[in-house]
Amino acid sequence: MITQHLPVLQVIVPLLTAPLCLLAQNRRFAWGASLAASGTAFLIAALLLAQTLEQGIISYELGGWSTPWGIEYRVDTVNAFVLLIVTAISSAVLVFAQRSVTREILSTRIPVFYAVYMLCLAGLLGIAVTGDVFNLFVFMEISALSSYTLIALSEQRRALTAAYQYLFMGTIGATFILIGIGLLYMMTGTLNMHDLSQRLPAVTATRTVETAFAFLTVGISIKIALVPLHLWLPNAYAYAPSVVSAFIAATATKVAFYVLLRFLFTIFGVSFAFKTMPLNLIFIVLALAAMFAGSIAAIFQDNIKRLLAYSSIAQIGYMILGISFASVTGLTAAILHLFNHALMKGALFLALGCVVYRLGMANMKQMRGLGRRMPWTMAAFALGGLSLIGVPLTVGFISKWYLVAGALERGWWPLAVAVLVASLLSLVYVWRVIEAAYFQAPLPAHNDETGEAPLSMLLPTWALILANFYFGIDTSLTVGVASSAAQQLLGVSE
Amino acid sequence: MSVLIGHYNYWIVIFLMMAGLYVVIAQGNLVKKIVGLNIFQASVFILFISMGKIEGGTAPIVKEGMSLYSNPLPHVLILTAIVVGVATTALALALVVRINEAYRSVEEDEIHEQDQSF
Amino acid sequence: MSASTALSLAFWTPLAGALLIALNGRYPAVREALTLITASLLFASLVTLAPAVFNGAHPDLTLATLLPGLSLHLTLEPLGLMFALLASLLWIVTSVYSIGYMRAGNETRLTRFYTCFALSLWATMGMALAGNLLTLFAFYELLTLCTYPLVTHSGSEQARNSGRLYLGLLLAPSIGLLLFALIWTWQLAGTLDFVDGGSLRGTASATLLGMLFVLYAFGISKAALMPLHRWLPAAMVAPTPVSALLHAVAVVKGGVFFILKVTLYVFGIDLVAELQTTQWLLYVAAATILLASLVALSQDNLKARLAYSTISQLGYIVLGTFLATSSGVIGGTLHMIMHAFGKITLFFCAGAILVTTGKTAVSEMHGLGRHMPFTMSAFFIGSLSIIGLPPAGGIWSKWFLMLGTLEAGQQALLAVLMASSLLSAFYLLTIPLRGFFYPSPTDMAGAGVREAPPACLLAVGATALGCVGLFFYADSLYTLARLLVPGGSHG
Repeated sequence: MITQHLPVLQVIVPLLTAPLCLLAQNRRFAWGASLAASGTAFLIAALLLAQTLEQGIISYELGGWSTPWGIEYRVDTVNAFVLLIVTAISSAVLVFAQRSVTREILSTRIPVFYAVYMLCLAGLLGIAVTGDVFNLFVFMEISALSSYTLIALSEQRRALTAAYQYLFMGTIGATFILIGIGLLYMMTGTLNMHDLSQRLPAVTATRTVETAFAFLTVGISIKIALVPLHLWLPNAYAYAPSVVSAFIAATATKVAFYVLLRFLFTIFGVSFAFKTMPLNLIFIVLALAAMFAGSIAAIFQDNIKRLLAYSSIAQIGYMILGISFASVTGLTAAILHLFNHALMKGALFLALGCVVYRLGMANMKQMRGLGRRMPWTMAAFALGGLSLIGVPLTVGFISKWYLVAGALERGWWPLAVAVLVASLLSLVYVWRVIEAAYFQAPLPAHNDETGEAPLSMLLPTWALILANFYFGIDTSLTVGVASSAAQQLLGVSE
Repeated sequence: MSVLIGHYNYWIVIFLMMAGLYVVIAQGNLVKKIVGLNIFQASVFILFISMGKIEGGTAPIVKEGMSLYSNPLPHVLILTAIVVGVATTALALALVVRINEAYRSVEEDEIHEQDQSF
Repeated sequence: MSASTALSLAFWTPLAGALLIALNGRYPAVREALTLITASLLFASLVTLAPAVFNGAHPDLTLATLLPGLSLHLTLEPLGLMFALLASLLWIVTSVYSIGYMRAGNETRLTRFYTCFALSLWATMGMALAGNLLTLFAFYELLTLCTYPLVTHSGSEQARNSGRLYLGLLLAPSIGLLLFALIWTWQLAGTLDFVDGGSLRGTASATLLGMLFVLYAFGISKAALMPLHRWLPAAMVAPTPVSALLHAVAVVKGGVFFILKVTLYVFGIDLVAELQTTQWLLYVAAATILLASLVALSQDNLKARLAYSTISQLGYIVLGTFLATSSGVIGGTLHMIMHAFGKITLFFCAGAILVTTGKTAVSEMHGLGRHMPFTMSAFFIGSLSIIGLPPAGGIWSKWFLMLGTLEAGQQALLAVLMASSLLSAFYLLTIPLRGFFYPSPTDMAGAGVREAPPACLLAVGATALGCVGLFFYADSLYTLARLLVPGGSHG
């Protein structure tokens, strides 16, 4: 009986844990409850994925109200995949969080932290599981508001201005999405995604729908941090508490990317999105800009978190490039990279979190000589860096392979070359950190024996690193689901 | 001419949207920026509500003798959106309070001077 | 044991060895013993596989399916077997050498050294046993990464900078050119498997295939075709055992091995002979041979001289491959082995001299032969092999290479080969000749320079003997090489 209600439980479990954490006002209880909720959410996501791979699309009517008037939760391969990675990362990060937040967040605020974290998780999961566009907007704002709060919980004052800037850009983005939804409603009279996909083909020739498309794309691009709308991201990732950076870097932009996939392929359809509107060209240009600007900016960063933030901007460029091919291979590459990048960045930010836990900051100066003092942490960082570069046997290689194969399939070999050149750029910034850690002697001020990070922080870091390698060798789950998701997305629309 | 008068609600929406965005970008005072954001959001609310009005329709409350009603759904959506807007404003103002405590100012350029945050 | 079991054993042994070495870091004797045991086990398992391969069998092992239709796949064929046997045999010898060398040189961080060494050999085995391009590429990259800590072993600033050059010149072409070529090949041929006679024939126009071939030639920068050769002199900053085994045998031979595999099994000899770009690549190889020899002449640092000599000799192998004739390919394959033995002897001697006297410059080695006669004689024998004179094995590979140039109608290249042999005589033979017949500078006589440590001498003697032995017993190698070219009994 419970399995019938899995889609809604996916959201309710974290949502109800939030006030629980707040009411209990006890740090350990808050952590324990959050971890339990996140773990349960992961189980639910795994069950949903198994269910949808077997049965096809799962449709759940909220409150028994029938579609298209009621809100529907609709799970197919794409969002089940997103649910899986979001809950997995969330659980790993929560195991890490117990020790990490004690150093970075004021102790009285820690129960608040867990409450807001649960709200953010509920919001992200809601975005992924819902089949109604307005419901999507509401969950998007829930997750956005909670992420602004999470960032602002940091002790650094720059986090406040970072959160403020993120708030403004995020709200403008969400409002653009709302405008788009309104315009679509105006033309079709429905808010249900599936129903929209049925009714839109009749009205796509109107300027209203084209405007809606434009507003939606721009709004979602702000949330994805697609160049040139990426200005909120570096500060937000750099100054947030380490746990928050890890969680948001690995999930927020991915879920926003999923929203883009949903709108472009399920609701509007490939032929409208790519043939009628020149989205192809725009996305290719912006993706290339992101890949190169992001990678080059990363090379010159002193703050390692900002380095990883710019690296994320570049990786988002890869995903957008995959979409712009509008082919099964390209879309598989994009969805695959969604999963793989979450694993990569999650692992890297957790490794950095270990460094911050011991040293308080993560600049190039702190990294000097760290290879000897924190061997396990730096080994994790080095391996994560290899995955970012795309060495064979890591997930990064698999994503790169599909991207280049997709480009060559279309005959656009300059794009293939661009992807490979950008990988070489990532080699440069990863190697800067590795050289600092292994070749340079620590500065005298930092020579106190701080030692390795605690086990409860190393374990989730290494779990994610090993996942990087596991899914780089046994790709049956990721590639299988990604390609079936890609086919579904391209097949549902014309 | 009919475009101007017939679609007057959309013109208002556009005006408010642009005014709001302008305030957000051009204003240096953090609180005024929030005001701009609210104006921007208000324009969207008006867009939704005005599109729900049916000419010749009455308020969407079932009443004897009435057959044509305005669309109630946009009202519902906008109530939700207004709540979201209120929450955003509250959060933004809370951030401004904390920023003021930390930087002793709510002017963007003064904060920027203090540590290049913006 | 069955062929598949032997294959698994050959593949997993070095990795298991690396793990055990890493765990036993606190016990030096155990560490070194494990290295020797691992190397010996590896060689033994490969030897048991040899008869099967002679008879044309193809033992198989699939490790994992990375992508739909593409798996990490191990198999054994004559070329791979030769490479694997070469690397594993010389690993045993190098292990003996490094025990003596590292102890005499008071080196630190030896656990990391021996672990990475074993890992590098594991990657080499992965390359030798690769059954398709993807596996070969994966282990090619892993080899670069596993050898990086060895190159930068000393941790000095020079090591770090050389490491950057090393990594940059190996990873950039492999990611930028080779990976591109690989995915393109997959799109054209539909498969990345190694196919007798080549899998690319007829899949695209000759111009496109020519460009693809160029991508491979330069993407495989471990073959040190100019201008992508600078990583090799940079890698000389590594301890000598690393330079000896990895940069005379495993890494560089891995590069030319890759080129041979691509030529034989992806393009096919006939297709390569037809491509227009092959002629240009032959000129590049010839230029590499000559230029590197000339630079070697000007190098005073012994290891640098040997590095440029290696670049030149790799050019021989690549030249033989691109000639795309039976003799050329056989010559290239044989030279892989002859050069390995010769060069490793030379490097061992260079290391022995360094660790005993601290000297690195050729100009300081006058008269050294009187104090280190064994080392210098071994150097002499190694030089003979490189130059291509009897009684060292190098003459056979030179013979076939020259035959190959005549077969292909490229007389100019014959002149290049002969000129280069002459040059190598100058930059190599002068060292032992000056070592024995020139007067030694005063400091040497006073310092009481003795011979190298016994472990080093053992290794040096073994490889020098190997050079001479290859002169007399080259026919089994010839038989294996013959299987590679059309007309041989390979099926």
